[in-house]
Amino acid sequence: MELILYALDNIDLLATRTLEHISLVGVAVGIATLTGVPIGIAITKNERLAQGVLYTASIIVTIPSIALFGIMIPVLSLIGQGIGYLPAVIAVLLYSQLPIIRNTYTAINNVDPALREAARGIGMSPNQRLRYVEIPLAVPVIMAGVRTAVVLNIGVMAIAAYIGAGGLGTFISRGISQSDPRQLIVGAVAVSLLAIIVDYTLLFVQKRLTPRGMELDTSTA
Amino acid sequence: MIELDNLTKVFDTPKGAVVAADHISMSVPSGEICILLGPSGCGKTTTLKMINRIVKPTSGKVFINGEDTTGMNTQDLRRNIGYVIQQIGLFPNMTIEQNITVVPQLLGWDKARYRERARELMAMISMEPDAFLKRFPSELSGGQQQRIGVARALAADPPVMLMDEPFGAIDPINRAVIQDEFLKMQQELKKTIMFVSHDIDEAIKMGDQVAIFREGKLVQHSSPDDLLAAPKNAFVESFLGEDRTLKRLNLVKVHEVVSDEIATVSPGDTLETALGRIDDYGYQNAILMVNDQRQPVGLITRAKARTTKGYCRDHFENVPATVTLEDDLRKVASLMFAQDATWLPCVDDEGRVYGQITQRAMTHHLGSRFRAHEAASRNPDSAVKE
Repeated sequence: MELILYALDNIDLLATRTLEHISLVGVAVGIATLTGVPIGIAITKNERLAQGVLYTASIIVTIPSIALFGIMIPVLSLIGQGIGYLPAVIAVLLYSQLPIIRNTYTAINNVDPALREAARGIGMSPNQRLRYVEIPLAVPVIMAGVRTAVVLNIGVMAIAAYIGAGGLGTFISRGISQSDPRQLIVGAVAVSLLAIIVDYTLLFVQKRLTPRGMELDTSTA
Repeated sequence: MIELDNLTKVFDTPKGAVVAADHISMSVPSGEICILLGPSGCGKTTTLKMINRIVKPTSGKVFINGEDTTGMNTQDLRRNIGYVIQQIGLFPNMTIEQNITVVPQLLGWDKARYRERARELMAMISMEPDAFLKRFPSELSGGQQQRIGVARALAADPPVMLMDEPFGAIDPINRAVIQDEFLKMQQELKKTIMFVSHDIDEAIKMGDQVAIFREGKLVQHSSPDDLLAAPKNAFVESFLGEDRTLKRLNLVKVHEVVSDEIATVSPGDTLETALGRIDDYGYQNAILMVNDQRQPVGLITRAKARTTKGYCRDHFENVPATVTLEDDLRKVASLMFAQDATWLPCVDDEGRVYGQITQRAMTHHLGSRFRAHEAASRNPDSAVKE
C-alpha cells in the first residue's frame, strides 16, 4: 500500500525516468541493429571471419557491466564524456551485438538451400537474393535477436544509473544509498514491468514483419 | 538447340580431384526433350547445372541456339533459361503471383504486362488465376506447387529449360498427371529441354532422346526406342532392367504392328460360311462379325460354327475388346492377357474395323528390332552414336 502511494506520489518522476530508460535502450539497440544486421549478413560469406566475430561478441557479453563502465570512464574522459549518456549507450550497443549478429547470421545461413538455388537459377544477383528472399525469410529470427537484446539491456541500463545515465536505475541506486526500500522496490518492479511490456510489444512487431506466407507455414513457427 | 562441347567438371575434394563430368559433348535439337538418366553420382545433375552455371564448368563450352554462352553475363544467361528443381523452391514469403512473375520483374517488364502474363501462365497450367494468384505456396499441395514451379520457369518464355528431377517429389498418381500435362504443354510450347531423371519409365515417357550417364561419362545417347532395343553395353542393359523389352511396349503404337488383313462375316451369313472362312484363313478360335458400317458387333466361334446350323446374327458372342490405331502395345498386351485372347480387332477413328493385331505380330515386331540392332552392333560402324 505504501509502495503504491509512493509510486503515485512520484508518478511524474517515474514517467520521466521510464522514458529516459526507453530512449537510452532504444537508441542503443537501434544503432546496434543498424550495425549488427549488416555484420551478421556480411559474415555469412566467410566461415572463419564469422567464427571470429561471434567469438568476440560472446566475450564482450561476458564482461560485467560495472567493469565495462569502469573501463570506459578514463577512455571517454578524453572527450569529456566519461560518465553519463554516452558510455551507457555504448555499453548497451556492445552487449546487443551478440544476439543481433548471431541471430542474423544463423537466420541467413539457415535459408533453405533449395530456395537459394532457385533464386540463383532464375537469375537473381546476390543483392537481389538478399533483398527479395534471404532477408524477408530471416526477419522473424533477426527480430527475435533484437528482442533478446532489448530485454537483456533494459536490465543492464538499470545499472547505468551509477554512472549518471539516468533511467529507472536511479530509483534503485537511490533506494540502496538512502536505505529506502520504497524507491528500491518501485524501481525494480518498474524495470521488470518495462522489460515484459516491451518484449510483448516487440513480439507483436515481429509478427507484423513476418511475411504472411511464412505465418501460414506451421513448420517455421 | 543446346550444344555441349567437351563440358568437364572436376571437383577438388579432400580426397583428391573427382571428375564429376568428363568431356561431355552432346546436342539437343530445338523443341525436343532430352532426358539425362543415370544412377546417383553419375554426373547428370552436374552436367545440367553447368548449363546455367549453378555449377561452374572446369572446361568446355555450352552453346544455346548456336551462341557461345561462355562470355555471357551469368544473371542474363539464367534469366533466359527456365529452371525447375525437385525441391520446387517457391519463395514462401511471396504470393503465387509474385513467385511466377519474379523473372519478368527482374527483366524489367511493366506491371500491367507481367500481371497479364501471370494469368496466362495460370491458364496454361490449368489453375484458376482468381483462386490461386493471391495465395501463398504453403497453402498449396505438392503437385500444385510444382505446377507453379514450372509456370515460374516459363514466365519469361525462355527458349530453353533445365529441369532437375522436377516431378521426383510428387506422389505417383499426381506425377503421371503432371507429366501428361507437361507433355501436352510442350507440344505447343516446343521448348528445348534438358531434364534430369533417375527413373527409366519417366525417361521413356517424357524423352525424345535419352542420354545415359555413368561415372561422369556419357555412355549412350539415343531415342528411347533405340535405347531399349539396342543398349550399348552391359551397364546400360542392367540399368534399363531385364524387362526392357516390355518397356518398349509403351513406345510402339498399334499402327506400327497392325495387319489390315482380316476376314469377317456379316450377320446375314450362315454359320457354314463362317466355318469355311475360319478354315480358309487358318483362324484358330473365331471370326469377327461386322455390321454394314464395318463396325465389329460380335464373334462367331469355331466350336459354334461347327456344331450349329443357322445364321451368324443368331449365334454370336460379344467382342471382348477392340483397340485403336493410336493405342500403345502395352494397353494391347494388357487387354490380351485380361481376355485370354491371342488377337484383337483394331478399329479406326470412326469405329470401323481396320485390321487385327496378334500376339505373334507383337513379339515379332519387338524381336525384329533386336535382331536388326544385334546385326548392326556386330558392324564396327555402330548405328548408335555416342
